[in-house]
Amino acid sequence: MTIATPQVTPDGAERCAPPRRGASARMWAWLGLVPFLAYLAVFLVLPTMLALASGLFTRDGSFTWDNLAALGDPVVLATFGNSMWLSLVTAVIGAVIGALVCYALLGIREDGPVRTFVDAAAGVFAQFGGVMLAFTFIATIGLKGVVTQLLLGVGVELFADGPWIYELPGLVLPYIFFQIPLMVITFMPTLSALKPQWAEANLTLGGTRATFWTHVGIPVLAPSFLASTLLLFANAFSSYATAAALASQGSQIVPLQIRTSLTSETVLGRENLAGALALGMIVVVGVVMWLSSLIQRRAARWQR
Amino acid sequence: MTSLAPSRTTRWVIGILVGAFFAIPMASTFFYTLRDDDGYSLVHWAALFDPAKAALYRPIWTGLGNSLVLALVTVAIVLFLLTPTMVLVHLRFPKLRPGFEFLALLPISIPAIVVVVGLAPIYQHIARMLGTGAWTLAFAYGVTVLPFAFRSIQASIDAVDIRTLSEAARSLGAGWPTVLLRVIAPNLRSGLLAASLISVAVVLGEFTIASLLNRQVFQTALVVVKNSDGYAASVFTLLALAFAFVMLIVIQLAGRARSGKGRP
Repeated sequence: MTIATPQVTPDGAERCAPPRRGASARMWAWLGLVPFLAYLAVFLVLPTMLALASGLFTRDGSFTWDNLAALGDPVVLATFGNSMWLSLVTAVIGAVIGALVCYALLGIREDGPVRTFVDAAAGVFAQFGGVMLAFTFIATIGLKGVVTQLLLGVGVELFADGPWIYELPGLVLPYIFFQIPLMVITFMPTLSALKPQWAEANLTLGGTRATFWTHVGIPVLAPSFLASTLLLFANAFSSYATAAALASQGSQIVPLQIRTSLTSETVLGRENLAGALALGMIVVVGVVMWLSSLIQRRAARWQR
Repeated sequence: MTSLAPSRTTRWVIGILVGAFFAIPMASTFFYTLRDDDGYSLVHWAALFDPAKAALYRPIWTGLGNSLVLALVTVAIVLFLLTPTMVLVHLRFPKLRPGFEFLALLPISIPAIVVVVGLAPIYQHIARMLGTGAWTLAFAYGVTVLPFAFRSIQASIDAVDIRTLSEAARSLGAGWPTVLLRVIAPNLRSGLLAASLISVAVVLGEFTIASLLNRQVFQTALVVVKNSDGYAASVFTLLALAFAFVMLIVIQLAGRARSGKGRP
């Protein structure tokens, strides 16, 4: 992810407008911003506020901490724990494998067919259709999946301990499946910005390929790597479609618990649980994304 | 650049291992669709055109139709609402740019599942004002695609000096509509194309918002059909993934046609 490269356009843009139309042209220009900002207000800011507020108010509109107390409920805490475990595991695995893929891509021409293929595939798997990814995994390692039956043929029983693919562990593989491509998309720009001159300098000073990575490459890339890993964490934490398609009922992770509380009147004896859960999610994702952008900003120092 | 690159062997090992991880589920899904009672055949692919099964697959066609309408309206929001605003910010309010960028990338940090909780009451109002037509969901999707569309268009805006272009057109007597449509838009075409295609891909793949607001779109229909005919769902999955893949290839080739000219 590219974070705000503060691109200061040469100032004096306002002065470019002919002075005679100054005031009224400016007003028209401000008016031009209104439609889009109004749109964002209604369809981004308002829904987020409503979601958060519904966790803090009762149905008849009086303020309450009661719903938030639900976040302390052992069942809810366990769900948050599940979500965090899943996100952490898949973020770390996805980040490491994704970074290796980026490393391998360094040796390939940027406008060659292999790179085009990998970039397009990464885009599809990272951003397109969690539902369909779930289906491919059901066809592969589902109870009647192709690989399941192949393994059965050689005597390996995948589900000897029960059908875990529809439980929490079953989410790990499909999640990694979209985490690796997201890592490739976010981390590749940083890796390809590594300056070949640094490698040359390292060689001139008597270093080896190994010393380049231990003394230059990895220290320079570490902040970006960490920031991307956090982004992957947030991505896994907020994704819903794959889990919903795999587990048609149950609420093993927070997004699924929101589904349950949206579709049934009372969950755990509370009415506005969805709002409280949404609030909890926003806090977790918000903190993670904030950390990520903080680190990214520090990393940007090397990318000039 | 070769001094940084890994050796050929390393590259192949990584490529084959990771490639296998991605190829196996795809290949398995394909073989899964070929399964017949005793062997392999194309019967599940042929079934798409079987009139006897048309009723079974109807949700998919309805959903796909709705999704295409949604994609169209979402692209319209990107082209006629987002793009002019971005050009305006670039030309007249350069100081607002960091703030605008923050807003545009904000949807990445707000999970769709959270937005849905707040969208439900808003869509009750919309249903009363505009009816319950499938297209209304595009307002929500416009926000979902915002970060993707923003990045593609911004890349184009940064690559072209639209300030000089628009001033030149203005001093030759063109009005703002002419400047936008006939001077700026053609210069941003690769970014606009990329933004449109990625929006189409994201809308066709969207599930969270549609499913929790009880709308019939392509993805929700896939889940419905999956419950009665897992093979058909897999066939459509493969087709949709292939379609999205082709679109992303087109985006890249279009982007390259642009940057190819300016490359030193």
